[in-house]
Amino acid sequence: MAGPPHIELKNVELAYGDFVVMRDITAQVPRGQVFVIMGGSGCGKSTLLWNMIGLRQPPKGDILYDGRSLPAAEPAEREAIKRKFGVLFQGGGLWSSMTLAENIALPLTEHTDLPADEIERLIHLKLALVGLQGFEDFYPSQISGGMMKRAGLARAMALDPEILFFDEPSAGLDPVTSRRLDDLILHLRDNLGTTVVMVTHELDSIFAVADQAIFLDNVSRTVTAAGNPRELLRNTDDPAVRAFLTRGGQRTPAPAL
Amino acid sequence: MPHTIASRCGPQTRAPEQRPSPNPIGLGRSLCSLPGFASTGNTAADLDTPTDSLPPARVELESIDAAHAVLRLVGDWTVNSTRRPEPTLAASVRSDAEIGFDLAAVSAWDSTLIAWLFTLVANCKVRKINFQLTSLPDGVRNLLELAQAVPEHIDATPFGPPAGWVTRIGLALSRGWEAAQNITTFIGECALAVAALIRGRAQFRRADLLLFMQEAGAEALPINLLISFLVGLILAFVGAVQLEQFGASIYVANLVAVAMVREMGCIMSGIIMCGRTGAAYAAQLGTMKVNQEIDAFRTFQFNPIGFLVLPRMIALFLMMPILTLFSNLAGIAGGVLIGIGMLDLTFLEYWHQTVGSLTFNHCVAGFMKSFVFGLIVAITGCYNGMRCPNNAAGVGQATTTAVVAGITAIVVADAVFAVLFNIFKI
Repeated sequence: MAGPPHIELKNVELAYGDFVVMRDITAQVPRGQVFVIMGGSGCGKSTLLWNMIGLRQPPKGDILYDGRSLPAAEPAEREAIKRKFGVLFQGGGLWSSMTLAENIALPLTEHTDLPADEIERLIHLKLALVGLQGFEDFYPSQISGGMMKRAGLARAMALDPEILFFDEPSAGLDPVTSRRLDDLILHLRDNLGTTVVMVTHELDSIFAVADQAIFLDNVSRTVTAAGNPRELLRNTDDPAVRAFLTRGGQRTPAPAL
Repeated sequence: MPHTIASRCGPQTRAPEQRPSPNPIGLGRSLCSLPGFASTGNTAADLDTPTDSLPPARVELESIDAAHAVLRLVGDWTVNSTRRPEPTLAASVRSDAEIGFDLAAVSAWDSTLIAWLFTLVANCKVRKINFQLTSLPDGVRNLLELAQAVPEHIDATPFGPPAGWVTRIGLALSRGWEAAQNITTFIGECALAVAALIRGRAQFRRADLLLFMQEAGAEALPINLLISFLVGLILAFVGAVQLEQFGASIYVANLVAVAMVREMGCIMSGIIMCGRTGAAYAAQLGTMKVNQEIDAFRTFQFNPIGFLVLPRMIALFLMMPILTLFSNLAGIAGGVLIGIGMLDLTFLEYWHQTVGSLTFNHCVAGFMKSFVFGLIVAITGCYNGMRCPNNAAGVGQATTTAVVAGITAIVVADAVFAVLFNIFKI
């Protein structure tokens, strides 16, 4: 597709105060791709995600959506860019004082002019898409952790976002549920054309869904590998990347699909 | 730009008109982004395009024969378009009819279309109408099938059916009984923890105790002094206005001294500590319970009552009388200010009157109560924290209950003390 990539990271630096966590992160994500941020614990994966969502401001570098810079945008434009985001937080991030239906209804009532019956239809659909049909009136405390995560995804999808951000989507899920979530992510990409940005270190997930990945290296404090993870596994010379993608050497370098 | 689907529906479909994307909130854009679909781009300008010109979402039902029909959807099926029709089929449609779909005339769609179809299929389920989902474009069909993949969870509602009034009274009574048992158990566990402490087998860390004593003592002192000073001032002022009429202004000193030492000193300290420290204990322990920290104590064979509740209880039990002492002094200081400033008494006059009016019994009564109030604040705070439901709203609820129950219990206990002191002539 012509035009600028959907998401573009330009020499982004991540820092806490004076402490630089990562520097020179550069990547381009075309529309409708699954982009995975990988790396060991504490390397700044989630920090990069928070910067991309606009919860934090990168000290250096730029983050562009359709060619428009998020960090440099005026408040109104920033709002417009962020409206197209859907974010799934690690623990679901559901508002605990609201039922699942109310959790999904809130962004819909605040940001659209839809009448109540249409909002209700959308709530049913979004919950059904994540397999939670019939749980509308449950509070987050009344459902399991995996269900909370799926309900969080239903809320993230409420406004039909162009970009879905996932922070460790598989953390705390059993392998089957985690696999279903991967399938759902691919489904959203294929049928809705959603661009997906995902922070994870679940290898199975990475190989299953990623179109493109970057590896944040703890030692050199920058991106040391970028590309399709399966190709990376075959081609990389970097021992850290190889160790990561093979679980420290345990995994055969030709993962089953 | 919303997703255009004409090209997915085969050669019999007609191409939709190309038009700029009126899309004030970005909804529906995601659906346009399938590879191969032209995009008008997402510029800031198209965010304010008016939506009035959108073709309205309509439905036409075209019968082919008695048992076959085609549901033709027309117009803009995005969140920006005007109201969609009700997702039902006319009653005239036969119950075993086969209905196909024709979405060729849909110029743009997003989740609202899928939600509409989803509700339509669900609504017509009882009528056994046979929808031919294969006639839908791939993207729409895939999402619809995904939504239908998991059947609706119907066996349990979160709250159960609404209960009649007899049931509600019964439930309230059994809840009250349960709460009485719980609080008794809790006080019993605290007593056992105290017994363990006396036998020298307490499990908490000394540093924790000192920290709690600092928090409930020195750090609570300024607010306590301020409030008590003002209470003494108010008492003296109200008394002065009345007593001056009888030329008995010197008795303001008696009024302030007895009221502060017997009642107001310990009650004000109790209420302040309930709002300050009792609430903090409920929130701390409640959050620890939500984070499973209390379960972690249990798995390491620590008794959470002994480890968490006991040091807080001791801290308040020891600090409350000291706070009350300062509170009494501050209240009397407030009285002195009025006495000297308004009633032209000298400090010495006021002081002698104060000392003369206070008996040993007044002081004993006030201090006995302060120990009990300290325990009440610690127990209501910790009990509610330890029994907090595992969510954020629960922590707020526990804190509220701790403060409300604590203040109520303090006032009730004070009334009980008043009766007892009257009986025993203290």
